[in-house]
Amino acid sequence: MIASIEALGHFITSRVERLGLAARFSGAILLVLWVSIRRTSLIIRELYFSGVRSLSIIAVSGLFVGMVLAVQGYEVLQRYGSAESLGVIVALSLVRELGPVVTALLFAGRASSAVTAEIALMRATEQLAAMDMMAVDPLSRVGAPRFLAAILSMPLLAAIFTSAGICGAWIIGVKLIGIDDGAFWSQMQANVDVRIDVLNGLLKSIVFGTAVGLISVFEGYFAVPTTEGIASATTRTVVISSLSVLLLDLVLTVMMFRGLS
Amino acid sequence: MNRSRFDFVVGLFVAIGLLAMVFMALKVGNLASFDSGSGYVLEARFDNIGGLKVRAPVKSAGVVVGRVDSVGLDKETFEAIVRLRITSDYRFSKDTIASILTSGLLGEQYVGLESGGDPVYLAQGDRVGKTQSAMILEKLISQFLFSKAAETPAKAP
Repeated sequence: MIASIEALGHFITSRVERLGLAARFSGAILLVLWVSIRRTSLIIRELYFSGVRSLSIIAVSGLFVGMVLAVQGYEVLQRYGSAESLGVIVALSLVRELGPVVTALLFAGRASSAVTAEIALMRATEQLAAMDMMAVDPLSRVGAPRFLAAILSMPLLAAIFTSAGICGAWIIGVKLIGIDDGAFWSQMQANVDVRIDVLNGLLKSIVFGTAVGLISVFEGYFAVPTTEGIASATTRTVVISSLSVLLLDLVLTVMMFRGLS
Repeated sequence: MNRSRFDFVVGLFVAIGLLAMVFMALKVGNLASFDSGSGYVLEARFDNIGGLKVRAPVKSAGVVVGRVDSVGLDKETFEAIVRLRITSDYRFSKDTIASILTSGLLGEQYVGLESGGDPVYLAQGDRVGKTQSAMILEKLISQFLFSKAAETPAKAP
């Protein structure tokens, strides 16, 4: 009985401690950001590994998501005789929600897990300690560029995902089903607002990039330096990133789109 | 892979991403024709605007000539004040009628402008004199019911 209460207390205090550590780590990484933002070659390297290498999965997923949305949307819309609104439905759901969120989830699985594993292995093989010995700050040399790359590549990837999705919906809707091309685009343009929808969607993806980047670097940095430790750190990155993206999405959606008639 | 190759591929990635953003701004959203600064503003007062929203289209003969800029309520007369931003290419005569119409049966509401024959044109800040309010379905139904009830005299019990 007492042991279980002790275990519960230990569980809670360790979680809170971990959260405090994460907050302190976020502060530290923000402090070294100005140092590492000038080392563009490092950031470009990380942009290649997390951004460019995710390009294919993002574009193909976007295309398929757009196609599925078009098929499902058409199925419902044609019951009410407003199949021409397909463009609006697809564009709004992609620009506002699916683009940023699905991109962030895919990014967490494709790129952040790799970042965590890489940093955790550096920790396990004491490369980080070696850097420290050579008076190279591992946080600004290893952590911050990967964090920055996540922030920079997320909005770009989300924009590519959304564009690919709209092209997919266009292929299904206009080319295969036969909705009028002009109505598809004009209805979309009339109902998608650049500031409210497009900019808020991009803002969302920047926030998701910040969260996912921070989590991946943090989990790698404080991974237990064993084989199991690296494995569980990678898993934790994907799980925590996905959950926090969905939670942040709820908060941001309420802030951005509630009360907008 | 050497450094310049990294630079090239990442540059390509950033270019594609920016292109996608431009696509979203211009083709999906409508930045090009969404220039809320240009044109001139007309004011129209309605008894009831129904479900008219800001940024709803202003049409004349079915052609979009502007957008609803703002919607407000006159504190004294309790009329709805609707400001219409009209593209500066189009001019409307002084005796223009503004009415709130619905596209389709359940579609969105828009402001229809019907130009009259007056040689003097409306300018920035002018008020559209003649207006026709939105059709409120509930009011129509109740009017219909009351007129029906008035037609057929109540049978004595």
